[in-house]
Amino acid sequence: MRAANSPTGLHPTVLLWLAVGWIGYAVLPWYGLDDNFFLLGWLTDGYPLNDDVAPALFLNLQGQKLWLAPFAILLALPLLLYGRPKNDPLFGKLLMIVGALGMAWFFMQGFGIGLRGWRFEWLNLLFGKLDDRQFGMGYGALLTVTAFLFMFCIGLAARGAVGGDVFVVSSIGFVIGTVGVFIFMPVLQMLANALITPEGNYSLGSFISKIFSERLWSLGCFTGTRCGVALNSLFLAILVGVLTTLLGLVFALVATRTGFKYGKLLRALTVLPIITPPFVIGLAIILLFGLSGAVTQFVSGVFGIQPTRWVYGLPGLLIAQILAFTPIAFLVLIGVVEGVSPSMEEASQTLRANRWQTFWNVSLPLMRPGLANAFLLGFIESMADFGNPLVLGGNFDVLSTEIFFAIVGAQNDPAQAAVLAIVLLFFTLGAFYAQRFWLGRKSYTTMSGKGDAGVHPRLPAALEKILFIVAGFWALFTVFVYATIFYGSVVTRWGIDHSLTLDHYVKSFSIGRTEHGIHFSGAAWSSFWTTIEIALISAPLTAAIGLITAYLLVRQHFKGKEAFEFGTMLSFAIPGTVIGVAYVIAFNVPPIELTGTGIILVLSFIFRNMPVGVRAGIASMSQIDKSLDESSLTLGANSWQTFRKVILPLLRPAILAALVYSFVRAMTAISAIIFLVSARYDMSTSYIVGRVENNEYGIAIAYSTVLIVVMLIVIGLMQLIVGSRRIGRRGVESDQMQSRTNVSSPVVQPSGAG
Amino acid sequence: MNEIRSNAASVKFENVTKRYGSFTAVNNVSLDIEAGKLVTLLGPSGCGKTTTLRMIAGLEMASEGKILIGGKDVTRLPATDRDVSMVFQSYALFPHMTVMENVEYGLRFSGVPKKDIPQKAQAGLDLVGLANFGHRLPSELSGGQQQRVAVARALVLEPQVLLFDEPLSNLDAKLRRHVREEIREIQQNLGLTVVYVTHDQEEALAVSDRIVVMNNAVIAQDGTPRDLYEAPANAFVADFIGEANIFDCEIEAVSGGIATVTLGPVTLKLPARGQSPGKAKLAARPRRIEVAKARTPNTLPGKIAKSTYVGSHAEYVVSTDRGEIFIISQDVDHVHAPDTEVGVAFARSGPVLIGA
Repeated sequence: MRAANSPTGLHPTVLLWLAVGWIGYAVLPWYGLDDNFFLLGWLTDGYPLNDDVAPALFLNLQGQKLWLAPFAILLALPLLLYGRPKNDPLFGKLLMIVGALGMAWFFMQGFGIGLRGWRFEWLNLLFGKLDDRQFGMGYGALLTVTAFLFMFCIGLAARGAVGGDVFVVSSIGFVIGTVGVFIFMPVLQMLANALITPEGNYSLGSFISKIFSERLWSLGCFTGTRCGVALNSLFLAILVGVLTTLLGLVFALVATRTGFKYGKLLRALTVLPIITPPFVIGLAIILLFGLSGAVTQFVSGVFGIQPTRWVYGLPGLLIAQILAFTPIAFLVLIGVVEGVSPSMEEASQTLRANRWQTFWNVSLPLMRPGLANAFLLGFIESMADFGNPLVLGGNFDVLSTEIFFAIVGAQNDPAQAAVLAIVLLFFTLGAFYAQRFWLGRKSYTTMSGKGDAGVHPRLPAALEKILFIVAGFWALFTVFVYATIFYGSVVTRWGIDHSLTLDHYVKSFSIGRTEHGIHFSGAAWSSFWTTIEIALISAPLTAAIGLITAYLLVRQHFKGKEAFEFGTMLSFAIPGTVIGVAYVIAFNVPPIELTGTGIILVLSFIFRNMPVGVRAGIASMSQIDKSLDESSLTLGANSWQTFRKVILPLLRPAILAALVYSFVRAMTAISAIIFLVSARYDMSTSYIVGRVENNEYGIAIAYSTVLIVVMLIVIGLMQLIVGSRRIGRRGVESDQMQSRTNVSSPVVQPSGAG
Repeated sequence: MNEIRSNAASVKFENVTKRYGSFTAVNNVSLDIEAGKLVTLLGPSGCGKTTTLRMIAGLEMASEGKILIGGKDVTRLPATDRDVSMVFQSYALFPHMTVMENVEYGLRFSGVPKKDIPQKAQAGLDLVGLANFGHRLPSELSGGQQQRVAVARALVLEPQVLLFDEPLSNLDAKLRRHVREEIREIQQNLGLTVVYVTHDQEEALAVSDRIVVMNNAVIAQDGTPRDLYEAPANAFVADFIGEANIFDCEIEAVSGGIATVTLGPVTLKLPARGQSPGKAKLAARPRRIEVAKARTPNTLPGKIAKSTYVGSHAEYVVSTDRGEIFIISQDVDHVHAPDTEVGVAFARSGPVLIGA
């Protein structure tokens, strides 16, 4: 017999969250600290009475910040549930009310009280002037509001939501809460910012005039002047989308349909965009085609053509982005091309179509959804790309860089940045929406791995030849570009002094010895370690929230699941620059004051990379038969125990993949980061961009090379671990295990916005 | 005590309905399963039998009605909190745990003292004849062995009700017979309440104390295997359990529970089974019809359309003005050739009247 829960005392989960709430209210400092919380320096700074480090309880007892006092009452109410069982109607109702009131009051006091008393005029009228001010929330506040959130969820579950499952309801609540606060709230605040006039008033008129301004939409380039920023971006993105799709298709066909023996080698290409910081390709293009670039010098030497700056602008951007994003299209299309059922093509051939007719009439139409998908990914990537336009853009302005300059440049016009961000968001969301609702996910799931015994036919010979030439040329070019990167890091001064040297590495990464031991004296070490630290902290958090979300999406049914799914996948489509601007606008002032901290970097990584974890989780969780969960449930485990003992162990490869990819993406990201770094928390990528702006190409390239190597090692290690796991098993199972470990491909595809 | 015991309890459905949006999977079903019995839910795919089973398990929640296990209302209780175990069609053995860990899994959440768990699990494995397989991974077992592990894993929890969802469908034909006999044996030895879902009528007839035939989300008939086979309530059951020829017929008169039935030139006296004079239907098993010489009295005239010799018996399709009739004949010494004129005779017992 299963032991029945006896209703003595307080329900253990309620007790847990109540304790957390009280610790937040009465033990930990309520407001944010100047020092790192975990160094515990605050304990000696007059805790608990000193205003700066006091918990809310002590502030209230000293007659300060009295608007926090209601939390004490709310946190006392759940004690009424002592001795009541879960199915008592009061149990659910009271917890829901306490939770909802707690959260509502938390946000009301947070947003109602600003740096100088009440934030809104009507509050002044209502309550009179307030002489106090708000600070940024700290760990105490965080714990308390979390406790309210989970109490609300327990209440909901007790009232029968999602089958009364506390774990599932709490997970949903947690994901909605965090995504709401760290994606939707900042983006909405940014949108609101777009309405602000330079005088500080809200005005729809100025917003409309800004959003339809000449600067964005001018068609000048057809008449000799310059085109609008938005049109530039759109034009570039469409070109990049089309060209990367075509090139991706060429590579996919070469790898799968031509009997090409080194298909594996081609597949290795797909790892490049993952490990390459986005602007590195742009750098290499400058080294090759810039004013003092190798190719430029060579051509001018041989043909006597005057070197120009032609590469800065559309041509250079086009080359760089195609180089950077073709592997993504290849990755999507190789699945699509292999997914076309060979028996269709064989059927076509037995119906007297020749190879060419079969390819044109059967294979290609069947690939259409995949082609559209690849195009949209290329489009989104190009729109969101920030690094390449920054180093290569020249006079060709695009949205992502314009946003940056509106914030950091002489303009310092957050409203303008917000308007530009809205336009950019409009484009990427449009493409994202089209991808999701027009194409669905069909093209990802065509490979079943069984059933079809046929063999893909070879392509027509002439087509094959063309494909080989194009693919060969582009592959050589890619290799050449990467070789340039490496070579560039070991010459003294590119284009001027080509003597080999390790100076750049020494300058950045030298390790000295002092009497205190090893001293990392190189200039790059500080940002390097910060990057590793931030990436290491954010990777497990990203993987965790991603996998939990995936679990909810794949395994649970609840009201509003569609909206939930759309919301969580949305951050895919939000370009990094937009997130960066939104964070700067939203988290620069209380109640959430995070700019200049490492936390904001970690948060931006978690929510930017969350879809990576979600995808990895979905891909491998759909491979696990649902009857495993169900049998665990009928054997008496609850959903949390099932998740921990059955699902998580089976997801181990997916967890590893999610960890590694979120780590790697955290190391290569630039677009959001460049808004959020501070002197104390500088990241590798922004450091490198800084060197580029100072024309210190050698160091920039040496540093990039180091990053690429580090990430190659990390990915290689992961492959090794995932791979060796498979070998350890007996052959019988390898089928099953293999399908589970193959999560790496879906993970990479939609890397969203650079 | 580390033997596996039974806590058999009854299962009761009171007007249970399950809807998915506008689709009704189970419609107003009432059901009473006695403790210690093996009851089979039988029906074609999509008839609602698996949904019914999953509602007993708590994996689906009833949209309407009440479900009682052991007299206690469990309608709103999730699977975790019900004292029911289930053996899945795919076995659902956890691939990352050994056989032993699989069997111990449920015990760890059931308040069994930690030190008793291994012994109890071992007792379960002993019971299904896999005493020495505890250290293996599920992938290292054959299908039949995996099946037995799944049974052991469910049994050790000593559930009030044990559920089987098409447990034999992944086994080959020979093994199927063997495993179903084992399941029946364990059920009877321990006195378990078992609810068993299958679409295989032979399997159902072989293992069940009682069979509940479902069709289109409702119960078509509920009775012992013999009831169902020999006295089907309607044409669907007659045809689904074994094959049956269904004829339109006329009841001339009913007296003393015996109906006089005419079927063209044929007149039969059959148990009336509550039918009254008028139009009715007659179900006759292929083995309950004989091929006689043409123009024998009280036979339907017909012509052999197909004749197949299959060794142990002969199969005929005879075309008559009442349609084509499928007949199995034990007489393999004289096989009728196609196009032979014959008479179709009905056995005295066997054909049954069913409602029109």
